[in-house]
Amino acid sequence: MRMLAFLMTAFCSIGFGGSGRLSTESYRLPVDGDLLIAAGQTANRRVVVASKPFGESYLLAEMFSQLLESRGFTVERRPGLGATEIAFDALRSGAIDVYPEYTGTGLVAILHDTIPDSVAADPRAVFAHVASRFEEAYHTRWLPPLGFQNTYAIAVTRATADRYHLRTLSDLARESAHLTAGFTADFIGRSDGLVGLSRVYGLKPHAVRPLAPAVKYQALASGAVDVIDGYSTDGLLARYDLVTLIDDRHFFPPYEAAALVSEQLERRLPGAITALTLLSDRLDEKTMRQLNRRVEVDGEDVARVAADELRALGLVGGATTARIVARERESSFWQYLWDRRATLFSLTLRHLLLVAIALAAAVIVAVPLGLGLERARRVAEPTIGVLGVLQTIPSIALLAFMIPLLGVGVIPALVALWLYALYPIARGTYTGVRDADPDAVAAAGALGTTPAQRLLWVRLPLAAPIIMAGIRTAAVITVGAATLAAFIGAGGLGEPIVAGLALADTRMILSGALPAAALALLVDGVLALVERVVTPAHRRRRLWQTPVST
Amino acid sequence: MFHRFGTVVALDDVSLDVAAGRATALVGESGSGKTTLLRCFNRLVEPERGEVRVGEVDVRDGSPILLRRKIGYVQQHGGLLPHWRVLRNVALVPTLLEQQNAEAVARAALELVGLDSTQFGSRFPHELSGGQRQRVALARSIAARPGVILLDEPFGALDAISRSDLQQAFDELRRTLSVTTLLVTHDLAEAARLAGEVVVMRKGRIEQRGTMRDLVHAPATEYVARLIERARAGLEALVS
Repeated sequence: MRMLAFLMTAFCSIGFGGSGRLSTESYRLPVDGDLLIAAGQTANRRVVVASKPFGESYLLAEMFSQLLESRGFTVERRPGLGATEIAFDALRSGAIDVYPEYTGTGLVAILHDTIPDSVAADPRAVFAHVASRFEEAYHTRWLPPLGFQNTYAIAVTRATADRYHLRTLSDLARESAHLTAGFTADFIGRSDGLVGLSRVYGLKPHAVRPLAPAVKYQALASGAVDVIDGYSTDGLLARYDLVTLIDDRHFFPPYEAAALVSEQLERRLPGAITALTLLSDRLDEKTMRQLNRRVEVDGEDVARVAADELRALGLVGGATTARIVARERESSFWQYLWDRRATLFSLTLRHLLLVAIALAAAVIVAVPLGLGLERARRVAEPTIGVLGVLQTIPSIALLAFMIPLLGVGVIPALVALWLYALYPIARGTYTGVRDADPDAVAAAGALGTTPAQRLLWVRLPLAAPIIMAGIRTAAVITVGAATLAAFIGAGGLGEPIVAGLALADTRMILSGALPAAALALLVDGVLALVERVVTPAHRRRRLWQTPVST
Repeated sequence: MFHRFGTVVALDDVSLDVAAGRATALVGESGSGKTTLLRCFNRLVEPERGEVRVGEVDVRDGSPILLRRKIGYVQQHGGLLPHWRVLRNVALVPTLLEQQNAEAVARAALELVGLDSTQFGSRFPHELSGGQRQRVALARSIAARPGVILLDEPFGALDAISRSDLQQAFDELRRTLSVTTLLVTHDLAEAARLAGEVVVMRKGRIEQRGTMRDLVHAPATEYVARLIERARAGLEALVS
């Protein structure tokens, strides 16, 4: 137990210390006076700033973060949290303090409310309605809006618009039987998304393809799909010269962006609320489109874009630091990886620790469980069956289930990874021990070995290769699943993957995915060595002969 | 003794004395109860009713684990631990008994069954022939010099020549150690060769017990007579 506590502490310090995020080495705000004063009281001046996994959310969260830092607060960044449900659950549970949200999303996706007709057309009235409903239902507070709306932009290429004479969503519905839609999973499921569009406009596309936000514009441009859901402030709408269809029946509610803050933050650090409110009404749609374009199209660093804008708004003073280096997307991929080596190293280390702790805990539980089940075979299959069912829960859903129980961050990620690792290990142990050479086990019993001796001398050694196969399977699964832990703010190599997906930055995705793949091979290789050591001597083969078990 | 497995009566009020230092064979068809009877001696089967005594001692006094360390046991497929070398396998019971010189004892046991301990001691079981494996199993069963050994079809899975060699080796061994032996076999010839006394079992009962000569000349029941007749017919079929 003490060991575990130690590991956790070490883990968290490495993890948070090295949580370079996507911005890391590129930019640090000039350290001004009050930040130094704050150093002594960091713990109680800490604000956890989160975002959802798309470009604008990253950018706004980074602006919140830098603004808070300039006012002497310590910021912990948790960018790219799963989706609306995960981010909002995290806020309610107090795991995060603030993230950027949109009033329409709050109304429809969180409150499951419809717009009262009286206020439908008036964004400020909708804001007031949503804010008061959140206050009473969830005790969370919307700060005054940032000044721009980011509504859904149902977009088609100019060619498609011309061919089918599309100008409004009603036009689209009329022609929808000829069209293939590429919508984000979020949009497909939301009542202010496809569900509602079908109901209100009778939209029935020929086919609906779920697309990751990162690829939808390319998919549209390449003709793979005919219509996508974008955001009205997306930088890519202009780049691809797309036509945004008019919402002629006023289906979409207003989506005013604002900071959504937890009750605790308001009580604990009213100064942080004051600081965040400085951004209210300071960002218009044109500005946001430009900023998003710099991030999503030009590939500029989020932290730099945020800093530039805060300086332009006069909210953060000081000169530009000398460390700003233009990192164009044209530089070679290896150069890109090399530039980020420190970040990637700490992310890899954190990833490895996530895997190691979850796997070790799973071994500690599942091996004895498998052994116990061998003694109680009647309940063995049902028990292992339950663990198997856990395996079928999609990782992202399991991670989401963890939030109400355990908040966001490392702990729920560890628990989810641990749950995933149990099945292969318990199954391997049970099967291996059950099927260990029955003649040998029987003879050992007939000659006067104790059950414990039979276990330690006969069954476990003979079962070792099968148990290890289970552990190796679990390890590879865990390395993969741990990339998804980034969705609930646990960091690791999923962080650049999630960020890259959000920012449509392939290199960023690869900078997480390649080390993760290498890590899977490495972990499997190391465990292959362990397997060789524990394999009974009479069955040892050449080292790489046994194939990777998955 | 009386014992059932579920509703099947495996032992139906069987009573048997085994002479100390001699070999007794239990013969019968599959399901006759001979293996069940054998396994009552080292408490791998606990009879529902009845008792088993070795000398004056009831085997149920004390722990079955300690009992089994004092009784040798060989099964059809030797049951050697595949991941242990021969010497370690043979040293199993001496080790369990915490004998200081377990390895020397194991080497001596290997020599007794006709295996060179330097040549074979460091091999794994899968590096031996079937006959050699059964010799090792035999060595393991007598390494700690038990007073009683139980053999359950010990040579049943071997080819005829290996079986014959092993029977001879065992017969010499048994006489050297004068160990009380209970042998389960379905092979009358083997019973005749290795055991002074033969017990014919059928459906959980003893049909007849005596020397092979008694069985041949004065079969007590129709069943025994048929058994003898069948064995004889088998031999004659070979000759003609």
